[in-house]
Amino acid sequence: MAIARPGSYYLSEGYAARLRARYAAEQRFKAYGIAAVAAAAVMLVVLLGTIVGQGYTAFWQTQIRLEIHFDPAEIDPQGTRDRSVLATANTMKLVRDSLAAQFPDITERAERRALYDIMSSGAPFQLTRMLLDDPSLIGTTRSVWLTASDDVDQFIKGYISRDVPESARRVSDLQIRAVDALASRNAVEKQFNTVLFTGGDSREPELAGIGGAIVGSFLTLLVTLALSVPIGVAAAIYLEEFAPKNRWTDLIEVNINNLAAVPSIVFGLLGLAVFLSVFGMPRSAPVVGGLVLALMTLPTIIIASRAALKAVPPSIREAALGVGASRLQAVLHHVLPLAMPGILTGTIIGMAQALGETAPLLMIGMVAFIVDIPGGFTDSATVLPVQIFMWADSPERAFLERTSAAIMILLGFLIAMNAVAVLLRKKFERRW
Amino acid sequence: MITKKLALTAAAAVAVSVAFAGAANAQSRDQIRAVGSSTVFPFTTAVAEAFGKSGSFKTPVVESTGTGGGFRLFCAGVGPAHPDVSNASRRIKKSEVEQCAANGVAEITELKIGFDGIVLASSKAGQHMDLTRAQLWKALAKDVPVDGKMVANPYKRWSDVDPSLPNVEIEVLGPPPTSGTRDAFNELAMEAGCHEVKEVAAIVTDAKALAQACMAIREDGAYVEAGENDNLIVQKLVANPSAFGVFGYSFLDQNKDKLQAAEINDVPPTYENISSGKYPVSRSMFVYIKNAHVGVIPGIREFVAEYTSERAMGEEGYLADKGLIALPKAERDGVRSSAVNMTPMKL
Repeated sequence: MAIARPGSYYLSEGYAARLRARYAAEQRFKAYGIAAVAAAAVMLVVLLGTIVGQGYTAFWQTQIRLEIHFDPAEIDPQGTRDRSVLATANTMKLVRDSLAAQFPDITERAERRALYDIMSSGAPFQLTRMLLDDPSLIGTTRSVWLTASDDVDQFIKGYISRDVPESARRVSDLQIRAVDALASRNAVEKQFNTVLFTGGDSREPELAGIGGAIVGSFLTLLVTLALSVPIGVAAAIYLEEFAPKNRWTDLIEVNINNLAAVPSIVFGLLGLAVFLSVFGMPRSAPVVGGLVLALMTLPTIIIASRAALKAVPPSIREAALGVGASRLQAVLHHVLPLAMPGILTGTIIGMAQALGETAPLLMIGMVAFIVDIPGGFTDSATVLPVQIFMWADSPERAFLERTSAAIMILLGFLIAMNAVAVLLRKKFERRW
Repeated sequence: MITKKLALTAAAAVAVSVAFAGAANAQSRDQIRAVGSSTVFPFTTAVAEAFGKSGSFKTPVVESTGTGGGFRLFCAGVGPAHPDVSNASRRIKKSEVEQCAANGVAEITELKIGFDGIVLASSKAGQHMDLTRAQLWKALAKDVPVDGKMVANPYKRWSDVDPSLPNVEIEVLGPPPTSGTRDAFNELAMEAGCHEVKEVAAIVTDAKALAQACMAIREDGAYVEAGENDNLIVQKLVANPSAFGVFGYSFLDQNKDKLQAAEINDVPPTYENISSGKYPVSRSMFVYIKNAHVGVIPGIREFVAEYTSERAMGEEGYLADKGLIALPKAERDGVRSSAVNMTPMKL
């Protein structure tokens, strides 16, 4: 202001007022911006906070230690040690005998049933597996950690209160007494829940895992990757480097951009109509899921690849052509390698999007209860987000924490994929 | 250069061969496939899992498509590309049987597996309610009779409907119209309640208009469509003690430490009351088997035997633990014998 002459326009009262107003507007705008960012951050923290708060307990599972006598008369009376005999042995009786021996005072039939229910229905299968791995166990007595039922697990984790009346909780007084007695002998422990990571789906929360869904997601994404990257990159190279500029290529470009905005369920309908009905491919198979998701991610990859190719300076092409390279050589030897980081970033983001998708898979039967872990592209399979959706819908209380745990695992995968995209960009990106 | 071209060709070849392997695979199938109602889904999946664990067959794949969607797939034809089992939270319709027959699905075995009660429940912190179906209808209908005319539902509080009910704002969270639970609720609670209100039939004489007036649920915010996820309804009820929720009995059973159920016509929705048919808002659940697939797809007979076994659908079976309300003993025996013989149903 000092440089302005006296009486200048820049010293007038009106000018100062307008200046103040403009500064104030800028401050306000900044404040709005900070408020918007803060609101988003708070929501994210609340969301993650509830998921982690609800889900972290699912990484532990209550186990109960029982003294199991591998009774030869019960398992293998003939002593053949034949695998088929061992596989069908009545191991449930071993679990029950052990429990009954610990609580000899419980004799009434209904009470016995309630006592047996503190163990998971999967516990006998654990014993069967042990027997098959090591038949020499027969005749010995071992103390074995076996999975507790989901209700006992929820009780131990404090989700079921012992203060409410017996009729209002899923764990009876007798079961609480039994669990307390076992706990006083250090026979109740929360152990790391490996089943959550390795198991297939189950209707019993304590036996349910996302292993099958992870394998399904992997197989599906493999098909998606194998199809969408070559096709998408080839389409992008042709459109960007070779195609003549005319009405047809304009039309194609508009269509690709529109396809990127089509709701994903539409691709599912397309998959149902074409792959299942016309080609007769199997329902619920990762190969069909992969095909549908490939269609969905193609536009993303084409757009990202074209942008990456466009970002390579024309001088690179001209230099290559100038020393006598053909156009194909110029593209494949010089332009494409330089555009690769951008293409990879687009691909990974497209894959991350495909990993989180459920809607198109609904139509082709991948939203299903599938216990067996898929072994190939045509086996029935489900994927991670579908598994989360189905657990969220289950009545059993213990699925609540498992849903949150599965969300955490899915988020972990997504963060990892996006981190790889960022790293690749940081490492290989070149600026001109 | 050439290697790159080769890689591209190889990728394409792999994709195509995978696709054809898939097409070839569809010709035969060694795994049972079930589709249908999301209400029956928890029970069929439990049976599928037990069947897969105990037997020498693969675990069946169960899809939750809704009852109607299930029948569309089930009735589409015979062959490995079509499902073997359809779950339904209502009986198959005549039109669906005809659709089936038109596509060559002539013989279907019907298994009635049990009952499901639809409950009206609220948080334990809220007030206990004991109401009749007529009161429930008046609280939730779109138009109600006032002074001899049908007017838009004026009731804001339960006590407006009837002074004996608590003085709490009407707020009911329930399933959306796409849900089978909503269909059953409309039929068993709303329509039945409407017929108990004699004025309605006097004002609306046309049968079609009457049915419509009885089924219409108010849209002024007192009934909130809370989506298909019943766990969400449970959580909302705990957060808001004055609200009521409409959902299946199994969710009440799992959350009985948090929720209390309203009595309807003085009957609380307990296992015994639903099983005996005393609790009025309950429905039967069905499983349909395609007879033409028996012996073609391995394990169907054994799967049905497992489903109808006493350890599954009996009073103390594992399905009861999942919230299924068992059929009376005599009826169970009937279902078992028709399952063993695969007796085709007649409508």
